[in-house]
Amino acid sequence: MSEASPAKAYGLHFGAIALLFVLSFLLPEYYHGLLARIMVLAVFAMGYNMLFGYVGLLSLGHAMFFSAGLYGAGLAVIQLGWSVPAAFAAGLCCGVVLSLVIGLLALRTSGVAFMIVTMMFAQVFYLIILYFSSWTGGDQGMVVPQPARVLAFGATSLDLTNPTVRYMSALGLFSLVLMITLVLVRSRYGRVLVAIRENEERTKMLGYDTFSNKLAAVVISGIVCAASGAAYALLFGYVGSGFASVQYSILPLLWVLLGGAATTLGPLIGTLFMYYVIDITSGYTSAYLLIVGVALILLVLFFPKGILGSMRQRWLGWLP
Amino acid sequence: MHFGPHLLLAALEGLVTSAVLALTALGLSLVFGVMRVVNVAHGEFFMLGAVLAWAITTAIGGHPALGFLAALVIAPLIVGVIALVAERLVLRRLNYNPEATIVATIGMLYIIQQLALTFYGPEARPVEPPFSYRILLPWFGYSGYKLSVIAASALLLVATWLVLTRTKIGLVMRATQYDSETAQAFGIPVGRVYGGVFALGAMLAAIAAVLIVPISQAHYLMGQDPLLLSFIVVIIGGLGSLRGTVVAAVLIGLSDGIISVFFSPTLAKIIATLLVAMVLVFRPQGLFGTASR
Amino acid sequence: MTPLLTTKGLSRNFGGLRAVDSVDFTLMPGEIRAVIGPNGAGKTTFVSLVSGRIQPSSGMIVFDGADITGLPAYVRVRQGIAYTFQITSVFANLTAYDNVALPVQRTLSDGRSKGAVRAGVMAALDRTGLADRAHMPAGQLSYGHQRLLEVAMGLALKPRLLILDEPTQGLADSEIDNFITLVREIAANATVLLIEHNMPVVMQLADRITVFNAGKILAEGTPEAIRENAAVQQAYLGTAP
Repeated sequence: MSEASPAKAYGLHFGAIALLFVLSFLLPEYYHGLLARIMVLAVFAMGYNMLFGYVGLLSLGHAMFFSAGLYGAGLAVIQLGWSVPAAFAAGLCCGVVLSLVIGLLALRTSGVAFMIVTMMFAQVFYLIILYFSSWTGGDQGMVVPQPARVLAFGATSLDLTNPTVRYMSALGLFSLVLMITLVLVRSRYGRVLVAIRENEERTKMLGYDTFSNKLAAVVISGIVCAASGAAYALLFGYVGSGFASVQYSILPLLWVLLGGAATTLGPLIGTLFMYYVIDITSGYTSAYLLIVGVALILLVLFFPKGILGSMRQRWLGWLP
Repeated sequence: MHFGPHLLLAALEGLVTSAVLALTALGLSLVFGVMRVVNVAHGEFFMLGAVLAWAITTAIGGHPALGFLAALVIAPLIVGVIALVAERLVLRRLNYNPEATIVATIGMLYIIQQLALTFYGPEARPVEPPFSYRILLPWFGYSGYKLSVIAASALLLVATWLVLTRTKIGLVMRATQYDSETAQAFGIPVGRVYGGVFALGAMLAAIAAVLIVPISQAHYLMGQDPLLLSFIVVIIGGLGSLRGTVVAAVLIGLSDGIISVFFSPTLAKIIATLLVAMVLVFRPQGLFGTASR
Repeated sequence: MTPLLTTKGLSRNFGGLRAVDSVDFTLMPGEIRAVIGPNGAGKTTFVSLVSGRIQPSSGMIVFDGADITGLPAYVRVRQGIAYTFQITSVFANLTAYDNVALPVQRTLSDGRSKGAVRAGVMAALDRTGLADRAHMPAGQLSYGHQRLLEVAMGLALKPRLLILDEPTQGLADSEIDNFITLVREIAANATVLLIEHNMPVVMQLADRITVFNAGKILAEGTPEAIRENAAVQQAYLGTAP
């Protein structure tokens, strides 16, 4: 997989980015805004996939990494009056610190215990947000004011509330993370991560410190998820505790399972597909959770490899 | 009121919580112990028990005791059947793979919760207790029903323990827990044992819910706290250990009330959840469990 | 000459069973040493202790003059102790190439160039005769080829001590001949510790033989000496000759 057809793989990824770029000029307003949001959330899913897909660690607490970025950036703007780049950096820093601490603790466990421990740490994070509601806005959340969401370069400035700027910023972040993922999974480090997923004991006996490698993967995953959260706060201007709830730990799992775990484009496909399904069915029913539930069960029962994973298995062996 | 009576009252309230918690957690623990399945939908079976109890008492009417007794029998049976169907249709097809079953039970959680919201609605609804006798203690009166909940739970726990240790069914379950492949080779119908255990686990949660619903009301989101608390109990007590589960339930139930007196409920939850996560990280066999099996 | 590996009073209990019982063992550099003994004699437990896969209950392991008793397995691998598994445990879903690339990329000192990994991988695959199957998933290789891949992975670690746990198990006779040649080549730059049931292979390869029984060393010596040893015959055949 790693040696064959790099040109095809890079071509496909640049093609996908180009398509998203062109769509910006074609889509009607409602779908234009929706796709911007989906791209930011797909970054969240890509961060999740890095750990779940490539290292085989199933976390049920990734909402805390997303929220670390969301609140890190949001609170920096709202409470401290920081500029947009500084706030984004603050969000990333929160993600690094949190994922490092959680990784050091949670990686002492494995399997089911890892899932429960990550879920519990995320629950603690969620409750802490509620507890300090005077600062975080509690479950009401907070709106990031429009004047604060401007990116200034000397004389010129970019208003992140402008739909086109917002779409292009989302696309920029998405493309960057997509390319980083592609390079990473094709690298030697990516090969080691997959080896850990396939057989950790054997990987150790090849001289690899699997704990450190897994810890690095948790931190990378944490940073990417935090980047998604920080971008969400700055681009869409809302910070709320709902994003830290268990549901937002389950959603990236669902998106990745749907699109295909351990595929680079799967997270985008999964997020897109799920939003599309909910969008269609919202005409008939408000039972959004029912769809999530049914989708989860059908996926684990019948399509454990997801959309792209199944395609890779049947036809496209070169798919990264 | 003086400190002594105050403490007694807190302890009684704590025991009621413990009683219900022990039953619920026992269900979760059995399912994990025998099947190695972490049932995230366990709290929803609890909620279903309460909601069905409301539906049954409302449908029957008449004297509250009549409806309540009917609910105590029928609601767990319905929940058991639902659990059995879920086990047959989903968990069995996943070969009880630990990670896949967690994802699947998360799916069940959402489905059950959403269906309850759709058909039952967002309101919290009360169920009348079967009797309203108040026991007069020297310092205060106390609900006779609450005391009977403690008694009923203790009875059920003892009964479950007897079934597990003294009967053939219990033997079969323990054999399956110990080594399902060998059990299969000795002619134990492992598939049916799994189905039965999953249904039994759900029924224990449902019974606990029927018992508690005259004290707290039925609501479609009421499954979340019991789920979290049951996880805490099962982890502290040692995964799959019956005695540990009961001890931990009493401990958590009693301390829950006392902690809530000194801290805000949110802070109490933060501390409790963090402590339990740490137990799982540093002492995965639980506080009362023995080291590696 | 200082020994490459020594163990002093090395023991490991499983419950009440002493799987390895205060073993004193010495291995000189450049040797091919075979470890034989009946099933359950503690051979695999012994090499697992040496490789660090399990921790000893008591005793000490010295590798190249340094105490390694407390070191985790991956550090021992980096110091030059490679272990190939008794039960084939190649990465079934990865290609043969990727299987070998994992040890190669770790031992490369320059760490950057893609060409160096490729060259190292193909060299190891060539040596084991698997070069034309580089891009097959390891799980689809025949059993004999999977065993060879396992050896290729061990080789790619550039070990100073290569531990082979029943490498010829399940191989056809023709494959065994190639295998003997391969081990002789390996022994040119590495010390080999070989657990083996196939006595002809042991007799052809080993410089010295260590016989385990009930967790202890029963006898040690040249192949000829072991062949003549009465205690060994009793352990294997249950009767005195």
